[in-house]
Amino acid sequence: MNEIILIGLAGIIAVAAPIIFATIGETITERAGVINLSLNGTILLTAMAGFVVSVKTDSLLLGFLAGAAIGAFVALIIAFTSITLKQSQVAVGFVLTLLCRDLAYFLGNPFMGLPGPRIPSLPISGLKDIPLIGTLFFKQDILVYLSFILIAAAYWWIFKTRPGLMLQGIGERPAAAFVRGANVNRMRYIYTMIGGALVGIAGPMYSLSAKAGWKGTITGLDGIGWIALAITIFGGWNPIRAAFGAYLFALLQWLGIVLQPSFQNIPSQVLQVAPFPLMILALLLVNIGNTEWVDRTLAGLPESARRFIAQVLRALRTTPPASLGTPFENE
Amino acid sequence: MKVEIKNIHKHFGKVHANNDISMTIQPGTIQGILGENGAGKSTLMKILSGFYQADKGEIRLDGKLTRIKSPADAIKHGVGMLHQDPLDFPPMPVIDNLIIGQSGGLLPNRKVVRKQFEDLQARFNFKIDPDAYVDSLTVGERQQLEILRLLWLGAKVLILDEPTTGISASQKEMLFATLKILASQGMSVIFVSHKLDEVEQLCNQVAVFRQGKNVGQAMPPYRTPQLVQLMFGKSMELAPRIDSTSCDVLVHMKDLAVENYRLHISGINLDICKGEVIGLAGMEGSGQRLFLQACTGLRRTVGGKLYIGQRDFTGKPYHQFLNSQVSYVPASRLEEGLISGLSLTEHFILAGEQQGFIINRDKALKLTESRIKDFSIRGIPETRVESLSGGNQQRALLALLRSPLQLLLLEHPTRGLDIESSMWIWNMLKERCKTGTAIIFTSSDLDEVLHYSDRILVFFGGKVSNPLNAGSTTVDSLGQLIGGKGWEN
Amino acid sequence: MKTMTKTSSLWINTGFRIAAIVLALAFTSIVLLLSNARPFEAFANIINGSIGSSKGIANTLVAWVPLLLVTSGLLMTYATGMWNIGIEGQITLGAIFTTLALRLMQGTSVPPTLAIILSILAGILGGALWAGIVALLKIYGGVNEIFGGLGMNFVSTALTIWLIFGPWKRPGTGSMSGTEPFDTSLWLPQLEGLRISLWSVGIGIVGLLVVYFILQGTYFGLKLKAVGKNGRAAFLLGVPTTRYIMAAFLICGAFAGIAGAIQVTGVYHRLIPSISSGYGYLGMMVAMLVNFQALWAGVVALFFAALNIGSIQLPIVMKIDSTLSGVLQGALVLFFLLMEGARRTFLSKKRGK
Repeated sequence: MNEIILIGLAGIIAVAAPIIFATIGETITERAGVINLSLNGTILLTAMAGFVVSVKTDSLLLGFLAGAAIGAFVALIIAFTSITLKQSQVAVGFVLTLLCRDLAYFLGNPFMGLPGPRIPSLPISGLKDIPLIGTLFFKQDILVYLSFILIAAAYWWIFKTRPGLMLQGIGERPAAAFVRGANVNRMRYIYTMIGGALVGIAGPMYSLSAKAGWKGTITGLDGIGWIALAITIFGGWNPIRAAFGAYLFALLQWLGIVLQPSFQNIPSQVLQVAPFPLMILALLLVNIGNTEWVDRTLAGLPESARRFIAQVLRALRTTPPASLGTPFENE
Repeated sequence: MKVEIKNIHKHFGKVHANNDISMTIQPGTIQGILGENGAGKSTLMKILSGFYQADKGEIRLDGKLTRIKSPADAIKHGVGMLHQDPLDFPPMPVIDNLIIGQSGGLLPNRKVVRKQFEDLQARFNFKIDPDAYVDSLTVGERQQLEILRLLWLGAKVLILDEPTTGISASQKEMLFATLKILASQGMSVIFVSHKLDEVEQLCNQVAVFRQGKNVGQAMPPYRTPQLVQLMFGKSMELAPRIDSTSCDVLVHMKDLAVENYRLHISGINLDICKGEVIGLAGMEGSGQRLFLQACTGLRRTVGGKLYIGQRDFTGKPYHQFLNSQVSYVPASRLEEGLISGLSLTEHFILAGEQQGFIINRDKALKLTESRIKDFSIRGIPETRVESLSGGNQQRALLALLRSPLQLLLLEHPTRGLDIESSMWIWNMLKERCKTGTAIIFTSSDLDEVLHYSDRILVFFGGKVSNPLNAGSTTVDSLGQLIGGKGWEN
Repeated sequence: MKTMTKTSSLWINTGFRIAAIVLALAFTSIVLLLSNARPFEAFANIINGSIGSSKGIANTLVAWVPLLLVTSGLLMTYATGMWNIGIEGQITLGAIFTTLALRLMQGTSVPPTLAIILSILAGILGGALWAGIVALLKIYGGVNEIFGGLGMNFVSTALTIWLIFGPWKRPGTGSMSGTEPFDTSLWLPQLEGLRISLWSVGIGIVGLLVVYFILQGTYFGLKLKAVGKNGRAAFLLGVPTTRYIMAAFLICGAFAGIAGAIQVTGVYHRLIPSISSGYGYLGMMVAMLVNFQALWAGVVALFFAALNIGSIQLPIVMKIDSTLSGVLQGALVLFFLLMEGARRTFLSKKRGK
């Protein structure tokens, strides 16, 4: 029984890996002050493209590279329209969400249901036999290992390195970053595309691994991109907290599957949407402390209760980079 | 460092913002630049600090012809600029603020940076915690941080653009002392301001700008009327104070308490008379804004009672205050006061009483035209508010106020305006007082507080003074209270 | 002099718009070539399928009505600066409430005309309810309306499927084809031999006119715009901001609810799993394409409806997926946004000189 739970937990870590790629990609993009809203479409398009390229070339690597390239290209469109042409990032991102989705379904139509390659499991000898930890972390595939590295690397880059501090500055106050020598718009282009490439790797991680193959509209990927965007907010633009969000989400999804037999009269389609009310709930928790009425209501409470609630809300609250979504012009 | 500016020209479209400006600043001096808004001071400073490129003319640093391509390039040449609103990163720690922009390898050496920062602080007797977050510092401390940062990066010329806006009197004194130390160490300091007394107090030499030209230089001892004449091309006088005698109580506060996540102010007891002007003084962030917002229902009080015209307004929402003739004019005109993208007419429709469901455009147009005339706003009814100048935006904001009013609350009513506009606005406000309106306003300009208030409340770190009679208060005693001295009772 | 610059800028504007259309067509052609289809054949088939026959035209109008209603509603939320992405769920809830009302009244003594009217009112209620939840989450929970709306969309889909396979399942077993169709007396009256009901067309046109009037001529409309352009300043000027945001959502939800009601009473005559047919998202694209101005919404919505209908037969005729219409619509809006940005950059550069 313990073994079953352990394998389940290992599965959670694997299921969370693509979401981690997407969420951290978006975290990096938003840290620079740009919103890439297209995640839901990008993941579908890159899942399809990665699968098709792998089938045609018989190379997993090329499949992932295609995903990354397409993800970066979609991000480039967002960067160009919002940074250079100063159009609304939300508008462009939303249109790309739909356009990429329809492109995925249209171009992927002839490849529906074809057999394709799957990324192999790659247990790490020496580490895989450690009790508990071995099964949990070291009997995974290479992209799961990369997801661990990505969490640490992104955190280290943003908070510890000199360019990473500048990245924070660009998203917080581009005018101050400019005075300190940053080429704000160029850096925004670069980080948007890096973030987009990471999102683009998440797609093939589904079609070449977790949910192998391309099955068109019933692939079951529609919605994942939105979850990743919500986790970015929940994660407070911090890679470690974001990864925690991704694991929490995967855990809840797994519980849904495990507990399904106990709710037999509920169609499976209903349980599949359970993450979305949870997404709303999570966003409610991190945002409700920012609302005006809570402030007003708190003011009417006795002092001790007021202090306590304010502290809880502040611990949960996340604040976005100050210039998120606004273009920068030096004068 | 010796700075030579020769025959600088700069055009923005049809506006000749800098017209053949020349001046020389010797090392070890504080050069004042005086002028109204739009006189071309800021343009020249932005050319010197790399934001703009001059159309014509040259800059020599220590005799060497220099082309300054960007603000980052300027600091490499030793020219550092302190902006009116310090360009730092509020949600980040002080130490990270220093590191951003410092050149070097991938990983910054925080230990070394911290040591160098502490050493620099000791030179000026500053006490900023390197691990504090910048948004927990006062504006004065943020200026200190920026000055230290620029020195740390090797600045030999320091430009300060209206640095005393938004800081307290004691912080101003500290700033001036610092600048004098820097000059004595051979730095060149350029001090840009439109405040005569500051420039007279601090500078070794003053240049006066008017309409894009350098119209005159002056050396100490300064003759104020001469400077005024140069600034405006004519002489001017300030309006006299109007004294009210009898008191008809309008606002009654009993043990009022307000708080935000940083400050807790309690025990405010105050009666305000009809037609009275109450000035709120103190360092930025000492609680004046909190108090003002509580008086207009934008922030809920956490204790005590507030009565306006005998009615209990404790805990009531903003719109109830507004409908009971209590109005609030925020400091940031385009962020909070006016709506970018809407015309003047549309603003007057919004601010006025709603009549029916369908807008009567003709009527609105007539009203707008008459208000534009009464308030001498430079614009037409179709003008979008964002294309008005700062002074005209402030006039528009006042024109939007309803009549009659019981209580009017203003934040920095003349911030960033030239003397002429400021005087016009205060004349307008005093007219309102004659009809019985009481005014509460905040300002960081002590002269403004002293001159226009009947009584003054001083705020310091969550404490509020008893009301001071403005007629018998001096700049000195006010400055001491703002700086935290003389509170022991 | 002034008229000269006016006409020249008109030419510039038109030029950039035409460029956007050409680029979108070129992009779609490349996509078609990638899947080994001949672009001209595909476009010809779309035109033929939408306006090539009276049946096609009728079907285009069937798609036009909900799209027009949804776009009209969205113009209200866009005015307040809100992205009502939850519009899909609002259509669905309108359809569910309408179905519920009709199920309750079917076979009772309620006259059919009254039953239809009441069911549409129920649809309005359903759409507004769903939109109200999103607005509540936004105003009192700080949850961005994009995420709130999206979550509610997925919930509404699950609700539909649960109803179709659960409480409202057809006699025997539930199926993806939906609930049992209603009695023909409860259908919106249709033209002879065609699927279109003139009643629904009328409702759609009136809806757009109402929105146009509200936004152009009323205090309510001006206040909505003030909230959208600067909520803080509008609040300080005395506009009860949250109430206006709530009102915009409720009105938009009501419009979506009517669209859902028409899908049930006028088109499918039952509840089906994807009753909203993606009209919500499509309406958001139409609103963007007309730059949030009501004037052109009718025409562009008609064009998008024609694309949808025209591409239905593509899988049969050319063996390509019908999502081609989505590709073309998405490309049109994307290139429109691109060209709009390019035009502004071009004009400001020209003015700079």
